[in-house]
Amino acid sequence: MYRLQRDESDLAMMKAFEVSNEDFSSAGTASSKIKKILRQIGMDAGVIRRIAIATYEAEINVAIHSNGGHIEVYIKSDKVDIYVEDTGPGIADINLAMQKGYSTATKEIRELGFGAGMGLPNMEKCCDDFYIESVVDEYTAIKMTFNL
Amino acid sequence: MKLKEIAELLKCEILIGEAYLEREVKFAFGSDLMSDVLAYTEEDTVLLTGLCNNQVIRTAEMLDLKSVVFVRGKKPSEDIIEMAKEDDMLLMCTDYSLYAASGILYSHGLEGTEI
Repeated sequence: MYRLQRDESDLAMMKAFEVSNEDFSSAGTASSKIKKILRQIGMDAGVIRRIAIATYEAEINVAIHSNGGHIEVYIKSDKVDIYVEDTGPGIADINLAMQKGYSTATKEIRELGFGAGMGLPNMEKCCDDFYIESVVDEYTAIKMTFNL
Repeated sequence: MKLKEIAELLKCEILIGEAYLEREVKFAFGSDLMSDVLAYTEEDTVLLTGLCNNQVIRTAEMLDLKSVVFVRGKKPSEDIIEMAKEDDMLLMCTDYSLYAASGILYSHGLEGTEI
């Protein structure tokens, strides 16, 4: 389900990926595909790297915290918009979740190498424009814009 | 520092990517938390970790890291090694702990990433 309004102006290519919450080991598959697509287009390596990091962090979050969701990549002539939306518990206090080191991840997730509370701040750092909204027990939706 | 020198200093076993031993790295980063690796690592960095699942390879892939050293004698499974092959990575493992391995590399001039 779409939570955020899409901006389709100047759209050159759109790709959509489902993200499951069932198999943590497959988390990162969508980000890996996105990275390969951007590389094929011949986008600047530094931008690709920032998009890859932010998308992977988002994908891990969806896999860890939600009941599943999707990632959509809107490629335009001067920027890339990435929408990440899930259904699930949502985030009660977004300001708190944006703080470095704050995490609600379980011990099991930490043992897998995640849940350090760096995901959301890192996403914000990587992109040029970051927007997040969430409703508890319903969804979390993020839009990240990367200028080319 | 050349990856070859790192392999020698840490008495590494090469798991895959022997062809890339001549590559150079400027920094090293040691952590079992991929969240921190994603937040702090620059390119041209060798990752030292005791975590041994496929998200290590995914993390390295996203960051364009081309070399990973598994410490404390950890050895990833074959499917994880195969994943690294796709991205032309060099995977090695050492019996040294993360602390000792980092110390050896640092004392030979390989610096850490600035936080």
